[in-house]
Amino acid sequence: MKRIYSILVENRAGVLCKTAGLFWRRCFNIDSITVGETDDRDVSSMVIVSSGDERTLEQIEKQLNKKLDVIKVKTFDESESINRELLLVKVRYNRSNRHDIIDNCQIMGAQIVDMSRNQMMIQMCDTPERVSIFMDTLKSVSIVEITRTGVLAMTKCNEPG
Amino acid sequence: MNGADAIVNSLVNEGVEYVFGYPGVAICPFYDSILQTDIRTVLIRQEQCAAHAASGYARITGKVGVAVVTSGPGATNLITGIATAFMDSIPMVCITGQVNSQMMGSDVFQEADISGACESFVKYSYIIRNPADIPRVMKEAFHIAGTGRKGPVLIDVPVDVQNMPVRHYAYPETVNLRTYKPTVAGHAVQIKKVIAQLERAKRPIICVGGGVHLSGAAQEVLKFIDKNDIPVVSTMMGLSAIPTEHPLFYGMVGNNGKPYGNLAMNGADMVIMVGARVADRSITDPDRISESKVLVHIDVDPAEIGKNAGPTIPLVGDIRHVFEEFNKMELHADYTDWIDRLDGYKDDARNAKRRRMYEREDAIRTQRRVFHGVNPPEFIRNLSLAMKEDAVYVADVGQNQMWSCSNYIARKGRFMTSGGMGTMGYALPAALGVKIGAPEKQVVAVCGDGGFQMTMQELATAVQYGIPVKLVVLKNTVLGLVRQFQHYNYKDRYSVIQLGDKPDLFLIAQAYGIRYLKIENNEQAADGIAAFLEKDEATILEVTVDPDELC
Repeated sequence: MKRIYSILVENRAGVLCKTAGLFWRRCFNIDSITVGETDDRDVSSMVIVSSGDERTLEQIEKQLNKKLDVIKVKTFDESESINRELLLVKVRYNRSNRHDIIDNCQIMGAQIVDMSRNQMMIQMCDTPERVSIFMDTLKSVSIVEITRTGVLAMTKCNEPG
Repeated sequence: MNGADAIVNSLVNEGVEYVFGYPGVAICPFYDSILQTDIRTVLIRQEQCAAHAASGYARITGKVGVAVVTSGPGATNLITGIATAFMDSIPMVCITGQVNSQMMGSDVFQEADISGACESFVKYSYIIRNPADIPRVMKEAFHIAGTGRKGPVLIDVPVDVQNMPVRHYAYPETVNLRTYKPTVAGHAVQIKKVIAQLERAKRPIICVGGGVHLSGAAQEVLKFIDKNDIPVVSTMMGLSAIPTEHPLFYGMVGNNGKPYGNLAMNGADMVIMVGARVADRSITDPDRISESKVLVHIDVDPAEIGKNAGPTIPLVGDIRHVFEEFNKMELHADYTDWIDRLDGYKDDARNAKRRRMYEREDAIRTQRRVFHGVNPPEFIRNLSLAMKEDAVYVADVGQNQMWSCSNYIARKGRFMTSGGMGTMGYALPAALGVKIGAPEKQVVAVCGDGGFQMTMQELATAVQYGIPVKLVVLKNTVLGLVRQFQHYNYKDRYSVIQLGDKPDLFLIAQAYGIRYLKIENNEQAADGIAAFLEKDEATILEVTVDPDELC
């Protein structure tokens, strides 16, 4: 089972390390982790996606709540939230596959953000599933470099909590 | 006023009377400043023991223990002590000196990232970079260490911060931590649920853990048991919360516990775990415990509830508070049949002397040899009975711990040991802290010759500060518990367990100027124990135990 933890933490030195360290120490998985600022300078926001059985997922929430740097933990499933991930991928192209790549980008809503004589960089911001589908379309292409941000998530509008 | 003065003043504001520690350059401003106050300092001989002594002190006084050491190796030596305290939820504030803040991160002399190293076994840690933060941090640290689920808090203070001026020192009266608000009062609905379930239950049992001591709830729990005639068992950490001879007490549970205690747990239809972690040593197969019974789990730490076993009724709150509420309620139930059954279990196993002799003879028969030395279970039993009623018994780790926890007779005293971590060498330094915290009490530490040699340097501390701790060394010249494990699991293929018969404890005692006594066999035991306990004076009692003894 997958679960998303949206965590507000005190913006203090070492807080990322302390929070991620908890997962390490307790043998919890981190599928992805993103950290960023919020509108409050003293508060940072972390989104951690983890997977495990029901008890593990509950323990994660409890152990996070126990951390003295953690202000609030919200947990939700993917269906309850809007999830976005940013992908940057640099590929090598040639005359024969250039159009296929551009077509795929158009179909999937990805953008070409940089280009040279034989490389192009594609950006895509979408759900993790669609990002993965798009990655599949690039299987036949020679990939130079890939980076994905991990999931940013927020509960849907009008959902309680 | 400088940063060090602010730290020391904060300790005064917190009512700290003793600091256990070891100075070094990076903590010298602190140790200079402390001379201005009435706080007593104890120079321990190795930093790990500063934490153990602070732990013993905290456990007997209920206050937060304080250990203060220098940077680098001083700080890293402290780690085992901090981890030991963390596992047993002992309230402690540890202050470590740190190199100059401008130098931090560049691997200068005696630099160690101690807050990073300790992250997974402190309740919280601070690095102070601004001296103006000191009063707030100190106030928070003591609050965090001593409330909720208690535990160690680390404060790392670079030496230049200790020397920086603090212009306005004001010790805060309150703590404002938006992220930390431990639940004290148990939820009223859950409390009622527990009582209602007790009325439905036919075979309830209460299992007390270390949390009962930590919240000072022993009296309330006892009152509840007496009032409603509910049988009770204990984990090792909960020992001495209930007197051993209490008619409703059915001993310690777990793989080293009483058979009738475990039978009671297995036969129950309702188990109330009180301040216990439901950990692997006391409950085998915690996953299945709630299959056949109603499991109530009372703990101040919500994360403990459901960690190892999913309870039917979770109840988060301070145990003393919860039992005060329980005691206000009327419970209509009669467990006479159940108690009769448990007494039957107890009677079956009760002729302990005969059973032990039988086991011993059995061992002699199978191993074809004669045991020399004392019979350890009998010795522990007699020792604990000869001790003052309210004496403190500090058990070390190893076979001696198993003999201690299963044969110690609790009356009004306290039993302490390193339960979660199982840290060898804990007993002597912890006992020093206990005796300092409660000088009027008789304090007896019991260890093996392995654990003794891990922290024996603290005998010097005992002598120097005139701390009359009594130390029993069960000497069997081997690492007994490992030997026993290799006996059962590796078919007597013994590896790295021989300690040899050195050191000569008589000469050790002489070297430190400590009274020395020896018991070589059962016949000498009674007189030896009496002589050992008669004076309030630091004493080593060497007790010969056969290396082949099994516990």
